[in-house]
Amino acid sequence: MNQQTTTAALAATANRQPLKKRVFGEHPIGYAFVGPYFLFWLALFAFPLVFAVYIAFHDYFFAAPGAVVERPFVGFENFATVLADPVAQRAALNVVIFVVINVPLTVLLGLVLAAALNQALPLRAFFRASYFVPYVAASVALIAVWLWMFSRDGIVNQVLGPLAPNPSWLVNRFWAMPIIALFATWKQLGFYVLLYLAAMQNIPHELYEAAEIDGAGTLQRFRSVTVPGVRQTTTLVVIVAFIVGANFFTEPYLLTGGGGPNGASMSPVLLMYQKGIEQGNAGIGAAIGVMLAALVMISSAVIYRVQGRD
Amino acid sequence: MTRARTIALIVFVVLVAACGDDGGTATTTGGTGGDTATTAAAGGEATGPITIWYSNNAQEIEWATAQIEAWNADHPDEEVTAQEIPAGETSEAVIAASITAGNTPCLIYNTAPAAVPSFQQQQGLVALNEFEDGASFIEERGGEAAAQYQSPDGSYYQMPWKTNPVMILYNTALFEEAGIDSENPPLGTYEDFASTAATIVDSGAAEAAIYPSPTSQFFQSWFDFYPWFAAETGQPLVVDGEAQFNTDEGKAIAEVWRQLYADGLVPQEESQVDAFAEGVSAMNSAGPWAVAVYTDVEWAVVPPPTSGGTAAEDLSTFADGKSVGLYTSCENRGTAWEFLKFTMSEEADRQLLEITGQMPFRPGITDLYADFFDENPGFLPFAEQVERVIEVPSVPNSVEVWQTFRDAWSSSVIFGEEEIDTAFQQAADTINQLASE
Repeated sequence: MNQQTTTAALAATANRQPLKKRVFGEHPIGYAFVGPYFLFWLALFAFPLVFAVYIAFHDYFFAAPGAVVERPFVGFENFATVLADPVAQRAALNVVIFVVINVPLTVLLGLVLAAALNQALPLRAFFRASYFVPYVAASVALIAVWLWMFSRDGIVNQVLGPLAPNPSWLVNRFWAMPIIALFATWKQLGFYVLLYLAAMQNIPHELYEAAEIDGAGTLQRFRSVTVPGVRQTTTLVVIVAFIVGANFFTEPYLLTGGGGPNGASMSPVLLMYQKGIEQGNAGIGAAIGVMLAALVMISSAVIYRVQGRD
Repeated sequence: MTRARTIALIVFVVLVAACGDDGGTATTTGGTGGDTATTAAAGGEATGPITIWYSNNAQEIEWATAQIEAWNADHPDEEVTAQEIPAGETSEAVIAASITAGNTPCLIYNTAPAAVPSFQQQQGLVALNEFEDGASFIEERGGEAAAQYQSPDGSYYQMPWKTNPVMILYNTALFEEAGIDSENPPLGTYEDFASTAATIVDSGAAEAAIYPSPTSQFFQSWFDFYPWFAAETGQPLVVDGEAQFNTDEGKAIAEVWRQLYADGLVPQEESQVDAFAEGVSAMNSAGPWAVAVYTDVEWAVVPPPTSGGTAAEDLSTFADGKSVGLYTSCENRGTAWEFLKFTMSEEADRQLLEITGQMPFRPGITDLYADFFDENPGFLPFAEQVERVIEVPSVPNSVEVWQTFRDAWSSSVIFGEEEIDTAFQQAADTINQLASE
């Protein structure tokens, strides 16, 4: 009872503080320090996001400064147009396909490779660097290699011989998206391995020693010590992989020639580019972007709630 | 963060965003140009220094540099400075962004006709017919074909500059290897073309008969369907807001190509090399730029096939033209217009032809520059088409119109997943709606 009274009294005291102190806090100088980054964030993130929402609700196109043009408010019309568009529906399905392949593979391979690279292996530094190279290499260059590998006369089909799919991988409706997801997984893997490596090095050795004393084998130590020990990192990896998956663009733009074959690898961001930039329908492009951003934020929150809490 | 600080931050962001609607000038009038800001009168008489952009093509830079030097020598008070179009995803995306930012130069050489309706809608282009001699200059230089470059409101928002009539190039060595007469190859009709294509691939002379890009970009149909359609009908894709391809003529072309793809004579996968230069394909759709590019290949040229095997002098083909735009951010529009005319003169056009091998958009070039064509006969088949070329239609939502057609072509022709009748009907309905907005 006394404790409740004290808490209420403190809250009342806080509420009685001057407005200036309540808004700017105990140390207003802190705002001077965060000010430059805040302006950067405001100009490049917050303003475009809010403006995109505005655009999404208007029949909007970009015009010359001072131009007198009509951009009427259209309510949810742009959203309805996007939702009814079969190409947009296919793009949404492709995000699901991408995420279903990319996220589990990323987590599994990232964990296993990081665990392996965390051991005292010969050439460990070489392997660590090797897995990281695709992440820092230019996508365009890597895509050129994959185009060569997976083209009709590429090395993959030469190895597979009669087992090669027809039509070939990148113009095959069934295989185009899995190839894109595999490419993205391979390219990003080095980054996630690095995250896992950092997390694994923070797991106390005593836990492994205790598990060993209790009779746990290598696999059991991995399952009972390593996996729970990097749980927060796994949450981060899943969220980041999901965000990357929802925003894939370069792969369908270059690897499958603009979302081909026949739209089978279309992505929401590529569609946004086509509608908003190429075709000048900024309202439609913004509606796709707003829906995508909402999907990513909601999904990330759900992932965090389901997986991230200790 | 306290609730008060959170609310203060949100209010601040929303207020900043609300104030940011590019200048706050959006009102409720006219959507597709015609506003005073787009007219020459807004600065038509003003003279002084101007800036121009040109493409990054080495030959075009050489030509532009020569024009600028000649102009600047006689006009010290109206100096022209130039730079390449800044790098970006595409020139059109860069120009569109530049219009929005209000920092376009006065003139951009290499403005794509397909992008002009969009730039016009952005109110980024000056209507050239607002200059006293604007329309007459364009029509005298371009002849009857210049009318294709008028926007639906009757104005000229572009100066048609050069054209690259698309023809069928064929590798004479590969044709001979396949046992086909390379002097008079049977490529005049659809049946001839299909039969020749089969002979080439069956003989093993080439992996592909012809290898247009099968990708989904909106402009790819300019190099497979459109030259054939122009040759067959003499019409652009859209006339008076109505799609023209959903006809027996249009669908017959689609049927030929669909069969070529189905028979494996044309690959569905994008080539990673220049298929014609590498001998992967025996034919190619290309303009006169090919003369300078395919120097290591023995090739000849024929017009696109038609159902009845129309003679070259009686058919049309796709123009693949480029225009010059005069942009509304230009202050010294008087100088810009005079410089534009200076670079479209007979002498400037001769230099364009000699330096770049591209055809100036003016009738009678085979007579006017007869000495050039005598010395360079490889260009002649292209030059002879200049007066009859068909450009992309100048219609609203031009890029979306072409993307719609390309998607229908991909699904029904390249990948054969949909019936041509269905795909063309749906595309035509959509395009009719887009073109009439």
